[in-house]
Amino acid sequence: MSAHADTHDAHDDHHHKETFITKYIFSQDHKMIAKQYLITGTIMGVIGVMMSLMMRMQIAWPEEPNVIFKALLGKWAPEGVMDADIYLALVTIHGTIMVFFVLTAGLSGTFSNLLIPLQIGARDMASGFLNMISYWLFFVSSVIMVLSFFVEAGPAAAGWTIYPPLSALPLAQGGSGAGMTLWLVSMAIFIASSLLGSLNYVVTVINLRTKGMSMTRLPLTIWAFFVTAVIGIISFPVLLSAALLLIMDRSFGTSFFLSDIFIQGEVLHYQGGSPVLFEHLFWFLGHPEVYIVLLPALGITSEIIATNSRKPIFGYRAMVASILAIAFLSTIVWGHHMFISGMNPFLGSVFTFTTLLIAIPSAVKAFNYITTLWKGNLQMNPAMLFSIGLVSTFITGGLTGIILGDSALDINVHDTYFVVAHFHLVMGISALYGMFAGIYHWFPKMFGRMLNKNLGYVHFWVTAVCAYGVFFPMHFIGMAGLPRRYYTNSNFPLFDDLQDVNVVITIFALIGGAFQIVFLYNFFNSIFFGKKAVQNPWRSNTMEWTTPVEHIHGNWPGEIPHVHRWAYDYSKPGHEEDFVSQIVPLKEGEEELQH
Amino acid sequence: MTALLSILVLVFILVAIWQMVKIFDLTQTVTAGGNNQIANDNDNKINGYLMLGFLIFIYVITIMCFVMYGDLPLMSNSASEHGPGIDSLMIISMVVIFFVQTVTQFLLHYFAFKYRGEKGKKALFYADNNKLEAIWTIIPVIVLAGLIIKGLFTWTTIMNVSTENDPLVIELYAQQFNWKARYGGADNTLGKANVRLIDIDRANILGVDESDPNAQDDIITTELHLPVGRPVLFKMRSQDVLHSAYMPHFRAQMNCVPGMITQFGFTPTVTTVDMRQTPEMIDKVQNINKIRTEKSKALVAKGEEALERYEFDYLLLCNKICGKSHYNMQMKIIVETQEEYDAWVKTQKEFKNSLVSND
Repeated sequence: MSAHADTHDAHDDHHHKETFITKYIFSQDHKMIAKQYLITGTIMGVIGVMMSLMMRMQIAWPEEPNVIFKALLGKWAPEGVMDADIYLALVTIHGTIMVFFVLTAGLSGTFSNLLIPLQIGARDMASGFLNMISYWLFFVSSVIMVLSFFVEAGPAAAGWTIYPPLSALPLAQGGSGAGMTLWLVSMAIFIASSLLGSLNYVVTVINLRTKGMSMTRLPLTIWAFFVTAVIGIISFPVLLSAALLLIMDRSFGTSFFLSDIFIQGEVLHYQGGSPVLFEHLFWFLGHPEVYIVLLPALGITSEIIATNSRKPIFGYRAMVASILAIAFLSTIVWGHHMFISGMNPFLGSVFTFTTLLIAIPSAVKAFNYITTLWKGNLQMNPAMLFSIGLVSTFITGGLTGIILGDSALDINVHDTYFVVAHFHLVMGISALYGMFAGIYHWFPKMFGRMLNKNLGYVHFWVTAVCAYGVFFPMHFIGMAGLPRRYYTNSNFPLFDDLQDVNVVITIFALIGGAFQIVFLYNFFNSIFFGKKAVQNPWRSNTMEWTTPVEHIHGNWPGEIPHVHRWAYDYSKPGHEEDFVSQIVPLKEGEEELQH
Repeated sequence: MTALLSILVLVFILVAIWQMVKIFDLTQTVTAGGNNQIANDNDNKINGYLMLGFLIFIYVITIMCFVMYGDLPLMSNSASEHGPGIDSLMIISMVVIFFVQTVTQFLLHYFAFKYRGEKGKKALFYADNNKLEAIWTIIPVIVLAGLIIKGLFTWTTIMNVSTENDPLVIELYAQQFNWKARYGGADNTLGKANVRLIDIDRANILGVDESDPNAQDDIITTELHLPVGRPVLFKMRSQDVLHSAYMPHFRAQMNCVPGMITQFGFTPTVTTVDMRQTPEMIDKVQNINKIRTEKSKALVAKGEEALERYEFDYLLLCNKICGKSHYNMQMKIIVETQEEYDAWVKTQKEFKNSLVSND
């Protein structure tokens, strides 16, 4: 170690006496910020899941009094019977919370922050200060979103897609008053947070890689986080602009999205706007958002499957190429949400074409995961189970995309439960599995302790059975023509024969939801009482496992190690161990794989 | 049915509990040998077998869903000319999906079982194979190209709305939370309309232009009657928020957007009466009525009114979230012979006669 580095580190140790507030609350350390994101995301996840369970109970046993509703919904469930307005509010806020607050901020925020500096060999993010601001904006937006439940007329209830005019006119719906205002404010702050975070990730990955960490030696996690951040920077501002224009329409009398409206006995002044314009702006974010949610999960899975298979990830270059291809295609397919919105049918043809193309890189990824398992030495840690589970739900959910992406078929299943089943499997459950896998795998890195594996096994298997139990039959009620977002189906005798299926789905959902308590217990208990972790428990190649178990500011005590090989030298012939850390120099005569 | 489903759920719960017990049993032995919370050979073995079990679970749930609910979907019995085109495309896609799903899930879970870890075993260092990757890039390309081409042909045929074959022009008018239909009348031409012309006092509820000669013979109804075999062209409007006109039996759907007129066209091919007599529909209705009778019993016991018997009718549903009563925004569709339709039209009031005078 050079003398310079020595003095530098001494300097570091000397000047970073931290108080409770700078260490745990307004921390600028990426590892602490990652934990803050994770815990906030987990709390939002609990809220979001509870909302979905209440919706499921309402659908299975419509208009029946229920003590849970009475306790949780208060005035929205007089006598314990859920109100139709609050049902739509639950639909809306569940969607918003799960997509943005849990699976964008909770997933990307946690693991990008934790892993980018650690895996590329950096002492911290490019800007620790912006990183801190990013978390606190996220926190504020979460609080505002939750608080919107307490305004007089209820929270936003126009669906998470908040299509105007429904979202623009308080006359159309109670939730479109103060509730919608809070939704928009919350989302505007959220977008600011997301942009600060994403810029930080991109800058860090480009500039702060340690010596030897070329782009082609990056672990796939980092590729996924990097590309995700780029998509976020491209698409989130468009949603922000849509939200701003909607605020203008709502509060300042402009007509960007509104025209020719007669409501509650009066003609409104709006003229010349188009709700379809809003749909375009919304889905220009909305579709890439699916991949903002999914790609980090796929990146995490790549890393965990390779490590636990004790094999290199199969087709590293193809994996990177497919991430890039998916990212590119994701920005030109948004119209498949709008086949029947009234836009020109020719556009529908174009979007069908681009949409079905996404199946190609997705298929490559799925096959590469499966091949990575082939002839491996699979270590069935809970993280590995969740990763395999992710590949399974990604395939099951992804395949029905072939139907929904086909404009002709979309006519009849659009906005039915078929769609609900499809996207919950392919992005909801898959991304959630990715998040769980990441937590089980990197918990020792985050907290210096291990999660209990047996509780992890119970958590996985019950969740896996319930996820299929909920969403597989749901495809069929969708194909039977049952529209989503109906408070009850009892006004349609046509659907009476679907009620049994709905009850089964709800029971699976309740069991699956209840078993998340196993995870929560394991998580919070292990933070304090878990078994102490060793430095590299999974015998992994990536750089985060070369740092000490106890967190230190700057990550590595001495000089940052240099990187000499890619991240996937598992079971490489000629090596004693079945893993070779990235920081180990090539042996004499050893060749690095051409990848 | 309910009993069967309840038993199944019970079985699944038992399986789950069994798994848990099994795993907790394991804990004991592991603790004895030093518990570091990292999977050991025993964990690998048990979870490997569970992977195999899970594969079977996926297959079972797939088969069960197809057997039990496979006839629910509207994959047969379409009632429009373009319906069978969509249905055959749907079936082709389903076959492709079913095949890929079965194979890939097998490979995934079987490998997870077969290659479960053992101490001392070494994995194969196998990082790349361009040939293999080319194969599984090209195969999806070919399959998808086929699906895209067939899909686009189907789509353009459906959406290519032409007025050459003299379609019956009908306006579908959406508002929170009901539907209206407006027929062009004898001239089959809709009068101009705009929400600014709505005059509730004069009962001009759709904002039809009273001075437009084409509007005079328009007919406004709350039921949608369609003559069988005649192409229909729907012009859709909404007065307040987005709605979506969803007619699942006809494989038809289009959003109704305030400020613009959207359109969709199809030709109904089966009258309501004929549809009620198809064996599938008789079965379905019987089944539904059985369910309703059961429910009625419970209701009567509670002192409430029994449910009406269900008789099949085509429906127009709202399928875009539109507010509090979105879940009950529907209109009955009746497909009938030309004669029946003509007779029905005669009983309807023309627009000019439906207005209330201001004095």
